[in-house]
Amino acid sequence: MKTFVCIKRVPDTSEAEVKVDATGKDVDSSRFSFDINDADNYAVEEAVLIKEAKGGTVQVICMGPQDADVMIRMALAKGGDSAIRIDDPRINAVDPLKVAKVLAAVIKSQEFDLVLTGCMASDDGSMAVGVALAEELGVPHAAMVKKLEVEDGKVKAYRELEGGIAEVVEITLPAVITIQTGINEPRYAPIRGIREAQKKELKVLKIDDLGLAEDEVNAASSLVELQKLYIPEVVSRAEVIEGAPEEKAEIMATKLVKGGLL
Amino acid sequence: MGDVFVLAEHRQGVLRDVTLEMLTKASGLAEKLGGETVAVLIGSGVDSFAEKLTGYSDKVLFVDNPLFSDYNSEKYQKVLVELIKQYNPGLVMIGHTTQGVDLAPALAVEMNLPFVTDVIDLEFVEGKLQPVRQYYQGKVNANFVFKGEPPYLITFREATVEVTGPSRQGKVEKVESPLKEDIGYRKFIEYVEAEVGDVDITQSEILVAVGRGIKEEKNMALIEDLAKAIKADICGSRAATDAGWLPHDRQVGTSGKTVKPKLYIAIGISGAFQHLAGMKGAKTIVAINKDPDAPIFSVADFAIIDDLFKVLPKLTEKLKELRG
Ligand SMILES: Cc1cc2nc3c(=O)[nH]c(=O)nc-3n(C[C@H](O)[C@H](O)[C@H](O)COP(=O)(O)OP(=O)(O)OC[C@H]3O[C@@H](n4cnc5c(N)ncnc54)[C@H](O)[C@@H]3O)c2cc1C
Ligand SMILES: Nc1ncnc2c1ncn2[C@@H]1O[C@H](COP(=O)(O)O)[C@@H](O)[C@H]1O
Repeated sequence: MKTFVCIKRVPDTSEAEVKVDATGKDVDSSRFSFDINDADNYAVEEAVLIKEAKGGTVQVICMGPQDADVMIRMALAKGGDSAIRIDDPRINAVDPLKVAKVLAAVIKSQEFDLVLTGCMASDDGSMAVGVALAEELGVPHAAMVKKLEVEDGKVKAYRELEGGIAEVVEITLPAVITIQTGINEPRYAPIRGIREAQKKELKVLKIDDLGLAEDEVNAASSLVELQKLYIPEVVSRAEVIEGAPEEKAEIMATKLVKGGLL
Repeated sequence: MGDVFVLAEHRQGVLRDVTLEMLTKASGLAEKLGGETVAVLIGSGVDSFAEKLTGYSDKVLFVDNPLFSDYNSEKYQKVLVELIKQYNPGLVMIGHTTQGVDLAPALAVEMNLPFVTDVIDLEFVEGKLQPVRQYYQGKVNANFVFKGEPPYLITFREATVEVTGPSRQGKVEKVESPLKEDIGYRKFIEYVEAEVGDVDITQSEILVAVGRGIKEEKNMALIEDLAKAIKADICGSRAATDAGWLPHDRQVGTSGKTVKPKLYIAIGISGAFQHLAGMKGAKTIVAINKDPDAPIFSVADFAIIDDLFKVLPKLTEKLKELRG
């Protein structure tokens, strides 16, 4: 099996304050901590599990800045064989269809059986790149997969639907699968793997290397444009409990019991 | 600009709520766009849905063929491409659901359509349609503009619109299937129902819900203590079940369960829309989170903005004391 896995570097904004920057079209990310996107971490694990079971190779693809190399090396340490990073400011990264076009250009030039992506990047939440990538490559796909069985020339994919029901589909290879979190238990990179990863190939490419012209992937070529970002007004009717942590606990406990909420 | 197409979503003999939500949204838009609302129904043995949809749309385009007894992205895509070419709508709305995100991006690429996903609202600014979506799990909103010619394609988030109607009397137009025989790189095999666990949290009166904020499995002890003190069942966010802290059948949200307890105490849960969809119907919601901007506070009745590790032990202790 020749597998590609697409990984994105995303900020952890779950606890961070997010502020729109002066351009009004981006956020101030200077104080965010970054790591591999959650779902992509599971995609890497799935690719490595398939390689361990069936043999073959795992190639890692990432479109992102040099800072992403740490995360890419981690994926290599877990069992990836080589990596390609596309780093080119001309690409309109807010348009998932352009991102898909770039990723497709990397994969198209090679032979492949399987492409794994995450089902969603936690920063933009587009849920679009994987399925768009499949169409760009002209191969079938299955999105939101939480169990994958690789057979001869095909895969059985369990797509997770609303309510936790699975829709089982069979698709012929080559194909693109978008991976849902929880499909496996991502491993920690072994120390030896981390050392070996430093020696593995990590190529950095520009769009010209991929045979793409600027006007195929830049902002001017996109059919949608980000107009402005703003912080939504949170309409909260919540009663905010004030005080030191222990006081808050006492007040809340009293409200629950005396207020008849229990 | 033209008609608004809404793809009717259905599964296992049930018309999904998102369909009527989109039609409600589309009704307001179609007038401004100078067109009609058109429900697009692809299926087999779903005449009753066609009938129902006439109450919410001006027209129902009904592709009725055994080829479509179950959803299949490949076949749906083929049909939609033909219908869009033939009818040239101004806007096409597909649910931002597990079905919609499996279909819409490929359709956008094939037809080269201006495309925005997970749209929560559509505004008119200076006569132009601006889809609104979110970034960073709801912490930032973004307005987009479409460039280029319609049709525009969006996926629309579930549970953002209150359904109104039925108030229309649309007509059903049967369309012959553009697809005559099975095509097949992708085959539907079967549905597998979700696993059933020891506790049915959809029936629980009191729920203590845990999220990634507790950091490690060993901290589940704090949650268990609290739950025991108030005779609550324990449930959690997807992050908590993915991490293995809880069995999967205890997950609340779109891909888990929808719960309606009297009391829901959310601990270290940010409140992603997929989670909120499963619990916002709880009667009273208490949220404990150290991030004042956490979206969970948008649905909470009581907000404790603090470190859960400092709050929980005392909360449990005091509850035990008061309840004797
Ligand atoms: C198709 C799809 C379906 C999904 N379905 C579901 C679903 O059904 N249910 C669901 O829950 N999710 C679902 N998700 C995932 C969802 O998008 C979120 O990723 C998930 O809900 C996040 O879980 P969380 O709130 O526990 O974690 P996070 O978002 O990481 O939030 C952790 C929170 O803990 C707080 N915190 C951290 N430390 C402390 C502390 N010491 N004291 C107090 N607070 C603290 C932080 O401020 C933060 O708000 C789905 C995603 C996809 C793509
Ligand atoms: N810049 C990127 N580099 C590599 N893969 C990406 C990139 N952006 C998105 N992806 C992949 O596409 C998936 C879905 O992203 P999205 O459509 O943005 O939600 C992610 O989980 C990644 O696997």
